[in-house]
Amino acid sequence: MSKRIDAKDVNIYYGDFRAVESVSMTIEPRSVTAFIGPSGCGKTTFLRTLNRMHEVVPGAHVEGKVELEGVDLYGPDVDPVAVRRTIGMVFQRPNPFPTMSIRDNVLAGVKLNNRRISKSDADELVESSLRGANLWSEVKDRLDKPGSGLSGGQQQRLCIARTIAVRPEVVLMDEPCSALDPISTLAIEDLIQELKKDYTIVIVTHNMQQAARVSDRTAFFNIAGTGKPGKLIEMDDTATIFSSPREKDTEDYVSGRFG
Amino acid sequence: MTITDSPPSGEAPPGPRGRVVRRRASGDTERGFSRIFRWIATGAGALILAVLAAVALFLIARGWPAITATPAELADSVPRYPDDTSLVAYVGPLVFGTLLAAVLALLLATPVGMGIALFISHYAPRRLAQGLGYLVDLLAAIPSVIYGLWGFLVLAPVLKPVWFWLGENASWFPLFAGKVSATGKSIATVAVVLAVMVLPIITAVSREVFLQTPKLHEEAALALGATRWEMVRTAVLPFGRSGVISAAMLGLGRALGETMAVLMILSPGFTYSLHLLEAGNHQTIAAYIANDFPEASGLAVNTLIATGLALFVITLAVNMLARWIVARRKEFSGAN
Repeated sequence: MSKRIDAKDVNIYYGDFRAVESVSMTIEPRSVTAFIGPSGCGKTTFLRTLNRMHEVVPGAHVEGKVELEGVDLYGPDVDPVAVRRTIGMVFQRPNPFPTMSIRDNVLAGVKLNNRRISKSDADELVESSLRGANLWSEVKDRLDKPGSGLSGGQQQRLCIARTIAVRPEVVLMDEPCSALDPISTLAIEDLIQELKKDYTIVIVTHNMQQAARVSDRTAFFNIAGTGKPGKLIEMDDTATIFSSPREKDTEDYVSGRFG
Repeated sequence: MTITDSPPSGEAPPGPRGRVVRRRASGDTERGFSRIFRWIATGAGALILAVLAAVALFLIARGWPAITATPAELADSVPRYPDDTSLVAYVGPLVFGTLLAAVLALLLATPVGMGIALFISHYAPRRLAQGLGYLVDLLAAIPSVIYGLWGFLVLAPVLKPVWFWLGENASWFPLFAGKVSATGKSIATVAVVLAVMVLPIITAVSREVFLQTPKLHEEAALALGATRWEMVRTAVLPFGRSGVISAAMLGLGRALGETMAVLMILSPGFTYSLHLLEAGNHQTIAAYIANDFPEASGLAVNTLIATGLALFVITLAVNMLARWIVARRKEFSGAN
């Protein structure tokens, strides 16, 4: 249920503008990899190329290879829809479907993927996904209520439940806690620790303490200036990045001297 | 996210120079232009109610003589009024014809309008979408007399073979039974013309609603592995549902009240027939009033106004129904 991602010399463009330059990295299965860096450095853009969500933006395209266990996601016969079913994504702001109940939100992806599911299988999946997202005990009595009635933190966990309900190999998280309060953030961070037993997790965060708390590996992105492409400066074990990074820029950033 | 509470109202905070600022009774602090603007806005709101009340009063007051008249009196003064018929029985077929034409038009126009709106908002390349949206808006600018002429001279002859084909091959279906009109001046043709006329409003409103679908929800669907159509179905259509209903009701309002096009195309009749392809069966209230008003006098005018009252009530009821449908699932609407 968990796969390795290899990015090889990835360049990302919005029209003619190169947003990210020449990123190569390996993301290990059953681990949490954090992307940190100042705003506009391309970490979210790069994250979105990992499940081909990037190309939803008109004019955006990618050069280079992103391989999932050796299969190039940008190969000519690869369907982006299939990629997104394998590599799930959680967004910056909680986005449960407002017109659906909590239960339907969890099942939304499954109903897309294989259409028919028996009532008992659905019940089981709803429970296991909500348990997996540490939300079951809070919502089990109101599964038919709209998901938009939950608190922000609960909504975000509902989105995580919805993502893991389709049993992806990889879960991408784009600043999943930036719209949440500290208590909800803690709940999500605990959840990430549990999820990494089963999934490859990649998380973008602005919060360096969060990267230090939850991740095994950390990648630091930076830009030389406005209008310049973002680059991967350094990637290493999280402990190394935060104690003795190789690059001066990384040290300046993690010690709070800029960014 | 929390919203900062306003300061406790019991103790007003001290103003400049230590003076205590008194709060107004209403609790606001507006003055000057802000206050004038409030009056203007309130006045505009009240004006709408006043106009509506004035129209309703006019319809009731001037329709009243016809409503209270006996069938014999009506038969004496209203041309072509059948003997021993109450006003309700007389207006009934008109109400039926009006609703039939409008509902048929809506059934034709809503799916097409939604399709065009979705194409413009989610499928067409940006430049094509702009041009197409502009063209659809242009359809709304064509006067209804022109639609009437076009429907009569162009569309009716074009549709005639279609109606004949349906009459021959699908006459088992109740709506297509009966003798197909040789001129094409049937309620079916009227419905098609009305559908074209209400298409722009339905398309324009639906398009605006679809364009407002939060990017967040579209991306949520895509990230779950939705194809474009599945994304539209899970994120765009549920979000736009109430908007599309409003659009359809706006269209229905226009179709119910449309006069010229119906008057020019339809060959009128006063029955409850469901045979859409036959001529001389149906008439709508608006076309009936426009047709008979120039030669009416006395009680005949009151009768026309009474039918107008019926149209007013129908339109009001349709709009309230639409409101009710929109409000029914409010907690799932995405507004919270």
